[in-house]
Amino acid sequence: MARILTPSEEVQLRLYVAGHAPNSVRAIANARSICDEHYTLGYGLEVVDLMMHPLRALADGIVVTPTLVRLSPQPTLRIIGNLSDRPQILLALGAGA
Amino acid sequence: MMQAQNSMITKTLTGIRGFDEITGGGLPRNRSTLLVGGPGCGKTVFALQTLVNGAQRKKEAGIFVAFEESAAHIVENAGTFGWDLPALVRKKLFFMDARLSPDVVKAGEFDLIGMLQLLEAKAEEIHATRIVFDGIDVLLSLLDDATAERREIYRIRDWLTRTGLTGIITQKSGGAEVDHRYGFLQFMVDCVVILRHQVVNGSAFRNLRVMKYRGSGFSGDEFPISVTREGMQLTNRGPTELTYEVTDQRISSGLPRLDNMLQGGYYRGSNVLVSGSPGTAKSTLSGLFAAAACVRGERTLYVSFDEGAAQIVRNLQSVGIRFAPHLKSGLLKMYSTRTRGPNVEDQYFALRAQVRQHNPSCVVIDPLSALSTKLSHVASADAAQQFLDFLKGEGITVVNTSLMDGLSTDEATATGISTIADTWIHLSYVVQDGERNRALTIVKSRGTGHSNQVRELTLSDEGVTLTDVFVAQGKVLMGVARWEWEQEEQATSKRSETAMDLKRLHLQLSQAEAAARMEVVRTEMEARSAEMGVLDLATGSQSKLIATDRAVLRKMRHADDDAGAIVKRSRTSRRATRKHVKKGAA
Repeated sequence: MARILTPSEEVQLRLYVAGHAPNSVRAIANARSICDEHYTLGYGLEVVDLMMHPLRALADGIVVTPTLVRLSPQPTLRIIGNLSDRPQILLALGAGA
Repeated sequence: MMQAQNSMITKTLTGIRGFDEITGGGLPRNRSTLLVGGPGCGKTVFALQTLVNGAQRKKEAGIFVAFEESAAHIVENAGTFGWDLPALVRKKLFFMDARLSPDVVKAGEFDLIGMLQLLEAKAEEIHATRIVFDGIDVLLSLLDDATAERREIYRIRDWLTRTGLTGIITQKSGGAEVDHRYGFLQFMVDCVVILRHQVVNGSAFRNLRVMKYRGSGFSGDEFPISVTREGMQLTNRGPTELTYEVTDQRISSGLPRLDNMLQGGYYRGSNVLVSGSPGTAKSTLSGLFAAAACVRGERTLYVSFDEGAAQIVRNLQSVGIRFAPHLKSGLLKMYSTRTRGPNVEDQYFALRAQVRQHNPSCVVIDPLSALSTKLSHVASADAAQQFLDFLKGEGITVVNTSLMDGLSTDEATATGISTIADTWIHLSYVVQDGERNRALTIVKSRGTGHSNQVRELTLSDEGVTLTDVFVAQGKVLMGVARWEWEQEEQATSKRSETAMDLKRLHLQLSQAEAAARMEVVRTEMEARSAEMGVLDLATGSQSKLIATDRAVLRKMRHADDDAGAIVKRSRTSRRATRKHVKKGAA
């Protein structure tokens, strides 16, 4: 299992969801759980609801929901799905670090 | 019931020529349509064209969701069509780039709820009425779950129904017409259009078929399609009922004697087929027609295959047909193309475009049979016939040539064309006495009386002429044989003329002789009668003598006075006789 924490870095994440759709609800829960577990030094997670701000998502180039975007550290990383595939997420975040 | 359904379905025009006709008005409005086809069939073009036409003609905004190609790429590709997409993108069309970049990580199930939400917002913003989902399978296959894929597609369908947008979903198909993975799609949507690409004898053909159309009648045949600069078009099978406007007006074929043979020339708006072997002056006959049309001041289009315009102009010049001034004035337009270029459909569409552009009243196609290699395919035979149909519908007089060796074999190869032709002129070679001569026959001519005579067609620097052929001893004489025969005829008539003169002289001579003989006979007659007079005289004086003697005798014998009277009469008679003799001697 890759270690994904680098204490000095500021972690900024954004999660695009679609209201109370099952996948979106699960994604929010999964994101919180993963971040709490791995970004112990703190992180920022912004949840954008497409039902409320559709045109913003359009501008950000969001195609499917849910989509998790890691804004920092660079490079930008996108993960789609309800984030239930934990090993896959950790691998991705770790590889990108 | 059908009526009720019809009234429920409203349609929206795609602007794709032919498609709106076969579906009776285009795609179902506010419903979903599935476009199925393999690679290169024109799914994207069909979908995009529907949006563009909506935007251009009906001012309806549209959204194009591109899952497979980048939006920029699609706009760029569409640059080959004369649509001015960039301008439309600024105003009426919205392209959404819905590709996922390759480094996107998938971690769990996702859905399209968010995407539909933002599309709805966008649709409201620009007042869109049409939407295209192009290549959605690319995205959905990431779900890797058939049930989930189906769920998302139903979601789109329901969304379309709810938002009232007219939707087009494209779907790829492999070799099989129905991809089982997305087979359910065809049951789900209201209209299914199948695009197919096939190669027959090395030529590519694309066709379109409407497989399903809920609540509407449609023509379920396969229709050839072609993609040209103006976009996708579809060859409709022409009007089912033939309703051409007919006219009694005749126009010259460019050859006065041929006009005579046809009792006045070609009918305006008719289709003239000139068939014949290579080199039988088919092009010359077509050229004459074109030149004559230009001289009358009519716009003319000359279409040639595999022969450049410049070459045709030069060749026709050699037989005294001048195109140059008409080309300069713009009355005449030459369009040369290759037989083996784009596929037949595309060629005919290109031709149609030429006709629309030049707007001619006379068209020459030389030769139509250049396409015969492709005529084996039903679609292309259809295309040729439909092109002629189209010209006829426009009231354009057409002269087309066809390469044929004999009248017996051609009927199979060019059935379609020869049945649509109103006038059929056949040119052939007659080989005789070591030379080839051109013979012209009118095989048929609808609605005009026509000569059944074979004529010889002669070409020279001065021009083209039709000459009577001589039939002598059961043989048709042409060329040198005809010339010889003409010479012979002249000599014969000269000979007989001389003979007559001679005879006349002879007769005059005998007449003169007869007259002379008659004179001789008359003279002889006179001579005879003179002799007879002399004889009479002789006999008269003798009897007078006797009478005198008797009188003397009587006197001497003292007879009565009666005898004196007799003497007196005899003297008178003698004087008359003498006079007669004198005349005869003269």
